[in-house]
Amino acid sequence: MTTRTVRIEINGTTYERTIEPRLLLSDFIRHEAHLTGTHVGCEHGVCGACTVQLDGRPVRSCLLLAVQAEGHSLRTVEALAEPGADLHPLQQAFHEEHALQCGFCTPGFLMSLEPFVRETPLDALDEDTIRAALAGNLCRCTGYQNIVKAVRVAAERIQAAP
Amino acid sequence: MTILETERYVGKSVPRLEDDRLLRGSGRFVDDVDVPGQAWVRMVRSQLAHARIAGIDTTAAREAPGVLAVLTAEDVADADVIPLRLDWPGYELEPFLQPILARGRVRYVGEPIALVVADTPYAAEDAAELIEVDLEPLEVVLDAREGIAEGATELRDGRSNEAAVLEKGYGDVDAAFARAAHVVRGDFTIGRHTGVPMETRGLVADYDPGRGRLTIWGATLVTHYHRRVLSKLLGLALNQIEYRPTDSGGSFGVRGDFFPEDYLVAYLAYKLGRPVKWVEDRAEHLVATNHARQQRYEIEAAFDDEGRLLGLRTEIWQDEGAYIRPTGIAVAEITLGILPGPYRLPAYRATLHDVATNKTPIGAYRAPGRYQTAFVRERLLDIAAAQIGIDPVTIRRRNLISPEEVPWEPGLFYAGESFLLDSGDFTGMLEKSLEAAGFDEWQEEAARLRAEGRLVGNGIGYWIDKSGLGVYETAGIDVDPSGKIRVLTGGASTGQGIETVMAQIAADVLRVSPAQIEVIYGDTNLIPDGVGSWSSRSTVIGGSAVQAAAIATVEKARRLAGQFLEVAEDDLEVADGRITVRGSPALGFTFGELAAANDTLTAARLEEEPGLGARRIYVDQHMNYPYGVNLVQVEIDPELGHVEVRRSFCSCECGRAINPMLVAGQAHGGVAQGLGGALLEEFVYDENGHPRATSFMDYLLPTALEVPPIETLLLEDAPTPTNPLGAKGMGETGIIGMGAAIGNAIDDALQRPDTVHALPVTPERMCALLETTVDGAPESANGGKGAQ
Repeated sequence: MTTRTVRIEINGTTYERTIEPRLLLSDFIRHEAHLTGTHVGCEHGVCGACTVQLDGRPVRSCLLLAVQAEGHSLRTVEALAEPGADLHPLQQAFHEEHALQCGFCTPGFLMSLEPFVRETPLDALDEDTIRAALAGNLCRCTGYQNIVKAVRVAAERIQAAP
Repeated sequence: MTILETERYVGKSVPRLEDDRLLRGSGRFVDDVDVPGQAWVRMVRSQLAHARIAGIDTTAAREAPGVLAVLTAEDVADADVIPLRLDWPGYELEPFLQPILARGRVRYVGEPIALVVADTPYAAEDAAELIEVDLEPLEVVLDAREGIAEGATELRDGRSNEAAVLEKGYGDVDAAFARAAHVVRGDFTIGRHTGVPMETRGLVADYDPGRGRLTIWGATLVTHYHRRVLSKLLGLALNQIEYRPTDSGGSFGVRGDFFPEDYLVAYLAYKLGRPVKWVEDRAEHLVATNHARQQRYEIEAAFDDEGRLLGLRTEIWQDEGAYIRPTGIAVAEITLGILPGPYRLPAYRATLHDVATNKTPIGAYRAPGRYQTAFVRERLLDIAAAQIGIDPVTIRRRNLISPEEVPWEPGLFYAGESFLLDSGDFTGMLEKSLEAAGFDEWQEEAARLRAEGRLVGNGIGYWIDKSGLGVYETAGIDVDPSGKIRVLTGGASTGQGIETVMAQIAADVLRVSPAQIEVIYGDTNLIPDGVGSWSSRSTVIGGSAVQAAAIATVEKARRLAGQFLEVAEDDLEVADGRITVRGSPALGFTFGELAAANDTLTAARLEEEPGLGARRIYVDQHMNYPYGVNLVQVEIDPELGHVEVRRSFCSCECGRAINPMLVAGQAHGGVAQGLGGALLEEFVYDENGHPRATSFMDYLLPTALEVPPIETLLLEDAPTPTNPLGAKGMGETGIIGMGAAIGNAIDDALQRPDTVHALPVTPERMCALLETTVDGAPESANGGKGAQ
């Protein structure tokens, strides 16, 4: 199998690795960069657990090859809050509203929703809009009820911040 | 000591201790565990449902790059079949247990035949594709009832496919039917679906030949049982095997059983002397991890002229799949034990045929037996109400066991004990639920919308659960000199919040903050024995053990402080993490200070063990019975057959809700899963036994768009007398009555009782039901039409 050397930027750090071109981005993040907060739930792009941000937009890292991420900026759940520092307001809202149980799908939800809670006008944040935003991520524990609540709480706090 | 008088955290919605690491992506799930030098396993699974293995050619795979070993059944001939974890007497299940790797014959698509170990996961997967398995197809058995018919293909030569027949009951059933004013019959089926946790299974094993220690990560549910099984299969002493804890991405009963891979990965690490890792992919998970649920019922109930139950009799066929997995006959036992439910049923007789078929083996999935029986029982009640001419609420009011009739013990034995409702206000629960939900308004709304031509209806699913099986649980408290307190439990984390709940229980006894407490589970080095987390037992049994260990810790702290301060123990009080002389709060110690002060020399002088802490085992007297009501309102799209759940309500009798926020969370998740099994999720097989649902495109989990907002009502009207917390297990609430409520609501929407007989009501089935509604031909057993 041929290999190729890639330089991939994740959370501001550049990882240079020699990899097979077929290596999935999710495997690169987890097993080459050792950022294990990104989880793999289905490997066929349905569950959303592996969602990361590519140039600020949520993408499923199991549907991309690592080589496709060259020249782009990736962001994973580890970047939402510095170790030891306060949680990101979205993470804090998930905590307060009990929006996670086993926590396996949670990083994918957070990375999918972080732009959404920042950018969606509060007056547009009705139940249907929030649920539509969640619909690309599967959660088997919470029934989504408290995730919907957490999204609203987080959006209000983030958008109220100066 | 009276705990309830002093509690501060039990009963409150304390935020979870486990959240911080999970939110930061710092949880440690099994695929996050890497051991230097680890090799990767890839399983080779059967592509046919039933076949003779004529040959396996592993030559090319052995020569592929990076391959370390290839295994087939011959290589693991020493290992026997996977044994039962729940093994009640009276059944001969040995011939139905699953071999580690298929021997000469495969019986379901997904059955492990061989495996490859290689340097990388990609190399292992490449090499696995080079293994050629020569399979000679055999006739398949895909229906439980057909599987025991005359002339059915045998999955085991010379042996019927009927793994077991269960018969249970009490009272004179035939006499009840003889004097009945109304007899209501039904033929019901519940489809094949399962837990589908978001994290697939995975294992890492590492053998240290110098110390003779085998260390394993990833067996999350019942690690001490896994250790016992592995000890026997590998011929190692128990204390040579160490299970280490990880976070667990959900279980729902299916993830964490002992599967063939649990043996194989450990065996390979032991034999190769190299760490070995295996992570299941989703396509494997959907055919390899336990399926659940599939049952068919022929049932009839006898009523008097006012709709009071006189008797119930039924024959049930359970599609067990190809093998009996470690939960053994449990699903069947529970099915027959729980079918009568919360109703005053004077006479009952049930027969269940547990039949092997060419499908993935089933196991316990959240509320096994309860989900199915609630559907059948509650549907039958609605159909009876219509036949008798009363409404669904009235028939339940007339038949629910009244508070005066509790304790209720009709003489029904299952799962090793007697069906005993030790506490409960079943009628009160119904009234409070209808009131809290505003069910009258639901009814008015549905009637109004139906008048506008829309297909909207409401349904009730009264449910009963059983919790706390497994007899005992262990716990320990260790106070660190720093003041940090460690709570050890034999339970397991499946994401349910066990760390928080155990910390709350310990914190109230020790009078400290839960934040000062760290809860350890699943680590066989630190916890010598445990029974694990299943059957909603962790809070009930595990929590009672933690409470006992905490009480013993306080008693020791009193003895120590009394000696150090030279005061009588009665003059000491515990508050804010300190034990002080009553009236002189400056005179005293923190628990950490006592742990430090009780060093070896001091302990010898006081004739105590050094340090501060205690170990306790709590033995449970009897299972307890949570109960509640699922209410739903649905709307049917007559063109697409889509059933939308518009409203959803779930009530739960908690006995004692240790953490109401977590209890509600369990109910929410249960409602969503119950909806999935009622409308979306089904393992469909084609006529050759090939599974059609092997991805999330075909096996549909509910998303945020299918799950409606869920109202909950948590009651503490009937604490159970059998444990000191008074708590009932809340892990399987929410889900149980959902199939029932949705089925009843569809009938109501169509204003046509006796319509829904099979779950899930997929759009295809709904369209078929709508057609039969239009032409007026009642369809019985529509489940027979679709996939098995």
